[in-house]
Amino acid sequence: MIRLLTGNTLETGDVVWWDGTGWSLHLVDAVDVGAEGDMLLARTLAAERINDAALVDAVATPAGPRPRTIRERVRGAGPTVRLDLNRMAGDV
Amino acid sequence: MYRYDGYDQAIVDARVAEFRDQVQRRLANEITEDQFKPLRLMNGLYLQLHAYMLRVAVPYGTMSGTQLRMLAHIARTYDRGYAHFTTRQNIQFNWIKLAEAPDLLAELATVEMHAIQTSGNCIRNISSDQFAGAAADEVADPRPYAELLRQWSSFHPEFSYLPRKFKIAVIASDTDRAAIQLHDIGLQLVRRDGDLGFKVWVGGGMGRTPMLGHVIRDFIPVAKYLSYCEAILRVYNRFGRRDNIYKARIKILVHEIGAAEFTRQVEAEWAEVEPLALDAPAAEYARIVTQFAEPPYDLAASDSIDRSDPDFAVWLDQNVHRHKQPGYAIATISLKPIGGIPGDASAGQMDLIADLAERYAFDEIRVTHSQNLVLAHVRKADLYAVWTALAAAGLATPNLDLVTDIIACPGLDYCALANARSIPVAQRIAERFTDLARQHDIGELKIKVSGCINACGHHHAGHIGILGVDRKGEEAYQLSLGGSGAEDASLARIIGPGFSEAGVVDAVEKVIETYRAVRTGPAERFLDTYRRVGEAPFKAAVYGVPA
Ligand code: HEM
Ligand code: SF4
Repeated sequence: MIRLLTGNTLETGDVVWWDGTGWSLHLVDAVDVGAEGDMLLARTLAAERINDAALVDAVATPAGPRPRTIRERVRGAGPTVRLDLNRMAGDV
Repeated sequence: MYRYDGYDQAIVDARVAEFRDQVQRRLANEITEDQFKPLRLMNGLYLQLHAYMLRVAVPYGTMSGTQLRMLAHIARTYDRGYAHFTTRQNIQFNWIKLAEAPDLLAELATVEMHAIQTSGNCIRNISSDQFAGAAADEVADPRPYAELLRQWSSFHPEFSYLPRKFKIAVIASDTDRAAIQLHDIGLQLVRRDGDLGFKVWVGGGMGRTPMLGHVIRDFIPVAKYLSYCEAILRVYNRFGRRDNIYKARIKILVHEIGAAEFTRQVEAEWAEVEPLALDAPAAEYARIVTQFAEPPYDLAASDSIDRSDPDFAVWLDQNVHRHKQPGYAIATISLKPIGGIPGDASAGQMDLIADLAERYAFDEIRVTHSQNLVLAHVRKADLYAVWTALAAAGLATPNLDLVTDIIACPGLDYCALANARSIPVAQRIAERFTDLARQHDIGELKIKVSGCINACGHHHAGHIGILGVDRKGEEAYQLSLGGSGAEDASLARIIGPGFSEAGVVDAVEKVIETYRAVRTGPAERFLDTYRRVGEAPFKAAVYGVPA
């Protein structure tokens, strides 16, 4: 199991993932924050630029990280009923 | 329709300016999200899974063509070209950017609309009968009274921080198309000895503890209903629980102290409040009632309709209702195409409906709590032209109140509180019952789907209700039967263990086939069959245990 740091940007509400140096719109860029997770989360919260920041569990797969819960997978992909608006094809 | 006066416009404009300033301060990090969040929620702006969502109030579900066209413009300019009509007769935009929200609200204010009090622990948008002013069975148009409630409850200083949200619905017919018994206050306009007054229900609601309202007064004269509502709200504001969010709704207070004691307290409070002359003066009633005057009907309009196009005739029989004015009819526009997203409309569809309303329906559109739209006053002679235009835009599905006319909340596709997706379940069920002859054979059947216990999709009031639950991070669905949000209101009961998405679609089909097998005949509705035979045969069919 790996841990990802995610949230929604203040300006747009877009879902973003911590990619090791900054925030990416793409789940596939998300990195395992491991033991640094709590520190990164605290720093993110203090900066007040990312809303609803949280650490989520995922498994590493050849296609990229796959969050454990359906909720985070939907966040990563976009609404499953509007594939035309989705950021990422692939299984939810 | 009600038009803003200078005062209405001024307070809405002032609120837009205030919010613009708040947004700027938040974007500049001058205030924290904890400080800002309550401010944005007071303006209807939520943060959902993928973006900000803006909920815009449609007062008692009535709007003009100009207003609907503005909603289309907003969908196109600030969103991704579509929006979602909700069970509270409002509209939600799913992809709003915080920095653009003040401009959006400023544009909205130019057509007398806003998002104020569409969130938070205040009195929310007043809902009403989508056939108001047109229904053949109403005692009078309920909307002037809904409008007065809107004015009374907007920025009401005493009721801006209630223990919890508060929802009021107003109708004027014995047929309840607004689910009044499932509201915090339900008001039915009635006539007694020639005088108009309200029958008052209090304490209904859905959410995690569904309850039906209690009648606390059979008749309050219309001249006094505002002070009576004031008394109800005061009792609630004082004694409603603030220690536990799950016990904070008025239904819990009424339940805990009993309807009789609650009524006694309201009457005692009303005795104090009534002499304060809080009720609107007669001239103010008159001013508002005038604004809902009957449209200039064509008194020579013919009652005959050419039914020679069979597809049109099917729509006519299913989606068109009788109007009180000879020569006119009420047309419901289905936002439930088979396999579509219940309640969603594209900007193009909204523009088209706005045009049709202006051309054929005295410039009025209604939103229904079952997420459809209504043209309330259409000349019978114009129905074919209206239908032709709707059909070309995918808006003429003849399925009103049938198995494919499903209510679904946004669920896990959009909603941050969701446990499971609602929309795909509705889509799969509709696809299973695509065959129109089969839908008609099944008859009236209301399926309602919520993605979590909050019950925004009214699953407690579904003839068949479906609730999405979380099973260790995966979606599951509970099936319940026997609910109704109409005048014969009842709460649906869970029939047994839950299912996967595919499983719940199969289970619904088994329930429906069981109904067809045990009903006395096609005239007996699903709900009536269920009430007659109980849950046993349905349970047996679904879980394979003997009846
Ligand atoms: C998408 C953001 C939404 C959020 C965060 C939200 C939140 C909630 C919550 C927390 C409740 C439970 C309140 C309680 O029991 O005290 C509730 C109830 C309800 N919501 Fe929503 N909701 C959302 C969307 C919707 C939509 C899209 C609709 C219409 C389709 C809707 C209509 C309702 C209704 C009818 C109820 C039940 C009213 C009652 O409890 O009496 N909501 N909502
Ligand atoms: S019922 Fe739950 S999932 Fe559906 S809209 Fe309401 S809060 Fe969201």
